[in-house]
Amino acid sequence: MTYARPKIELPGQKVNELGLALRDYEGALSTLCAGCGHDSITAALIQALWEMSIAPEQLIKMSGIGCSSKTPAYFVHGAHGFNSVHGRMPSVATGALAGNRNLIGIGVSGDGDSLSIGFGQFGHVIRRNVNMLYLIENNGVYGLTKGQFSASADAGSTSKTGTVNQMQNINTVATAISMGASFVARSFSGDREQLVPIIKAAIAHPGCAVVDVISPCVTFNDHEGSTKSYAYVREHKFRATETDLVPPRAEIKASYYAGDTHPVRLHDGSTILLKKVDPDYDPTRRNNALSYLERCRRRGEIVTGVLFIDQNVPDMHEQSRTVATPLKDLDFDKLIPGSQTMADLQKTMR
Amino acid sequence: MPTTQSRINDFVLKIATVNGTGSASSNGLLMKALFRMGIPVTGKNLFPSNIQGLPTWYEIRASHAGYMSASGRVDVMVAMNVQTYQKDLKEVSPGGFLIYDSTWPRESTLNRADITVLGVPLAKLCNEAFSVARIRILMKNVAYVGALAALMDIDLGMIKQLLEETFAAKPKVVASNLRAIMLGYDYARENFSCPLPARAQAMGDNSGNIMITGNEATGLGCLYAGATVGAWYPITPSTGVMDSFTKYCEKFRIDPETGDKRFCIIQAEDELAAAGMVVGANWVGARGFTPTSGPGISLMSEFIGFAYYAEIPSVFIDVQRVGPSTGMPTRTQQCDVMMCAYASHGDTRHPLLFPANPRECFEMAVTAFDLAERLQTPVFILSDLDIGMNDWMIPELTWDDNYRHDRGKVLGSEELAKIERFVRYLDVDGDGITYRTLPGEDPKGAYFARGSGHNRYGGYTEDSGEYQDVMDRLLVKWETAKTMVPNALLSNAERPTNLGIVAFGSSDGAVTEARDRLAEQGIHMDYLRIRAFPFTREVVEFLRSHDTNFVVEQNRDAQMKSLLMLEANHIADRMVSILHYNGMPIPNECVVRGVTAHLKKEEAA
Repeated sequence: MTYARPKIELPGQKVNELGLALRDYEGALSTLCAGCGHDSITAALIQALWEMSIAPEQLIKMSGIGCSSKTPAYFVHGAHGFNSVHGRMPSVATGALAGNRNLIGIGVSGDGDSLSIGFGQFGHVIRRNVNMLYLIENNGVYGLTKGQFSASADAGSTSKTGTVNQMQNINTVATAISMGASFVARSFSGDREQLVPIIKAAIAHPGCAVVDVISPCVTFNDHEGSTKSYAYVREHKFRATETDLVPPRAEIKASYYAGDTHPVRLHDGSTILLKKVDPDYDPTRRNNALSYLERCRRRGEIVTGVLFIDQNVPDMHEQSRTVATPLKDLDFDKLIPGSQTMADLQKTMR
Repeated sequence: MPTTQSRINDFVLKIATVNGTGSASSNGLLMKALFRMGIPVTGKNLFPSNIQGLPTWYEIRASHAGYMSASGRVDVMVAMNVQTYQKDLKEVSPGGFLIYDSTWPRESTLNRADITVLGVPLAKLCNEAFSVARIRILMKNVAYVGALAALMDIDLGMIKQLLEETFAAKPKVVASNLRAIMLGYDYARENFSCPLPARAQAMGDNSGNIMITGNEATGLGCLYAGATVGAWYPITPSTGVMDSFTKYCEKFRIDPETGDKRFCIIQAEDELAAAGMVVGANWVGARGFTPTSGPGISLMSEFIGFAYYAEIPSVFIDVQRVGPSTGMPTRTQQCDVMMCAYASHGDTRHPLLFPANPRECFEMAVTAFDLAERLQTPVFILSDLDIGMNDWMIPELTWDDNYRHDRGKVLGSEELAKIERFVRYLDVDGDGITYRTLPGEDPKGAYFARGSGHNRYGGYTEDSGEYQDVMDRLLVKWETAKTMVPNALLSNAERPTNLGIVAFGSSDGAVTEARDRLAEQGIHMDYLRIRAFPFTREVVEFLRSHDTNFVVEQNRDAQMKSLLMLEANHIADRMVSILHYNGMPIPNECVVRGVTAHLKKEEAA
């Protein structure tokens, strides 16, 4: 069930550049379990979208099936939502953004949705570099069907019933980087301070931005043998980079560039500032990113932050050289060659 | 030599070759030359699921009466493939002719007394005239064009003109081709008495007609329908649809100033993704479609059910091939009728359009998009390999510049401003079709598209009454669809009869010809060609008004007959199935045989 959230107008509340309050970016009340990591991610999404002053109608919220895929109902009620079929959100997003390239696409998926049933589409939306935020709420478990392991469950971790997972996990970020993703980040649902700027950077990125968010399942995967519990993640989380997004309108202070800060200027004029917490980390080189991830894995560390970015990969529309006007807005007079052309054309069919 | 009756402009010429040896262009040349002599022609390609080295046949039927169906006879066989020689020899109709490459001797056992065998040393002639090995092989297949031109009185000037048009930029190619043609032509003139009784005779210029494949016409139809997003996964025999759409988009949809494209074609990772892309594109208001074949529809089924329930327009083009499973990818059937009618789990029903020829492929492509947007539902075009990949002669396609595409019930900001609250699935007009909004326009129009249970307001529901309310309204929409899909075409017999014959799609040619043949024997039948599902009123009326209804279809399980039983409430024992499902286009003989066999049985009973 979805429940409408009562709308309360508070006098003097802060508004963004569009004159909208944070509340205007909220959605229906969540029906997920109390304490679910996914709800924290929703809150981070609301915060990020509000801060970026994105017009609600400009946004499309896409998902597949699963707990994660319920998320689009819980933010920005003024945006169109699409709760598709299991594992196939990327194809619907691809078609929607092919038809209207001016939309801002946010796809919310889960580890089952993206790494098992939808593994193929996950790979191909990256390959096409469809301009969207692809957010994976990763809890290592199938919640709605009551606690089976997902493909992201670590080898050796146990389920609530005590079964030990023997198979190797699919590492979302390493997979995305090696498949050629142009933007890959990882964060933790319990760390909103890190997550909000990552989401903003991912939306500003001109291509497919994969954000893997470890999001503990309070009901089925928040126990001692799990490597995706709140306690485990808090203990093993390690920041490779810290992120900030400076919009084009804001003044950029020279001091931002000092020290280990790595500024990446985006095509829309905004700048992602990546502060390297680990001095030997370079998020612009694919090889480095992969070997760094492997080193951290061996140390048992869950690396977070923007792990890879290359904004020079052409997106789907650049690859196919689509016109700037959204295809759905093209006048049919411009699309249909008419009767004379039809007659001329058929002279070659004789 | 056996005597043969004269078959002027009424013959079947069949050419047996090996695929990948350039025979396709030679065969095209022959057919186009006959076409330009004003003779009604069709060309059917029988080819293997292979790129090079396997047997392939091309069958040209010339019929002054304009019959298009497979006739079941072969008057002239060109047997260029040693591997299939024995089979090809057997297939020639009594009194017919077989032409073979006499460079190498044939076994004397391979002979028939009731046909005439003509040997032309094609390889020898070409080996003497050309030096490059690959050219020799290609030219051998050009040389038989020359031999046939002499033997069958096919206009040599026309052949030359066609060559010059085809290779306008390569005069050298024209010259070598012409040389090879003359080798065959001169040899035939010198050694045989030309022309044969089976021959061509100019009867006009076929002005007002064109030669085209169904797939080419479908792609052109999608262009004129205003489709901008094409998502697909390559599959035989549908690939030509996207090839055609791409070709015409590249020609007519490039922004003259920027060179940018007013279309987006996406080769998907599989058919599931192609279906998702089509649904996504239509959801935002762009016309999107996917061409596929049976195996693709199987994979797309989950999204088809989604689009049905979430009510998202979408166009699926199924160029049917032989099933089940991989079946025979390069052979034809009408075997996806049932699957498409009810594709996906749960209670679903989808409008289907049945083109019978390339002209209808073009027209129905435009209709399909209009219906999809009007009805907000998946619409299928059920073509098949015979229509899609074979060469058909049809009246020129026409386009009405005043045609206005039906974009259906869409509310923009202006309309939304006038209403208090937008609800997605409320039947305001009583026709079962609700109003939709497009993303990117107005926050007031925001709604959630979902395949899970929802109520008339678009909200998620698990409430029995609310769920059923939407399901029942979809039935109202189905009734509305019956008034919108293309009607069935009725052709009454010359005299009153209680025999009816029902067919659809590519069986049309066989039924038309069989009716004429049967009428000559005194068997008269009214003919109804079904062009869409759901069945329109005249289908029900036709079935009721005839004691016996023959239902002709190209599948084993009488799928259309089953559908008529289910959806037109027609009783099984008043319908007689005539089924053809060996993968070859249905010959008219099959219909004649089916009808007479049944009537004889009735008589005996």
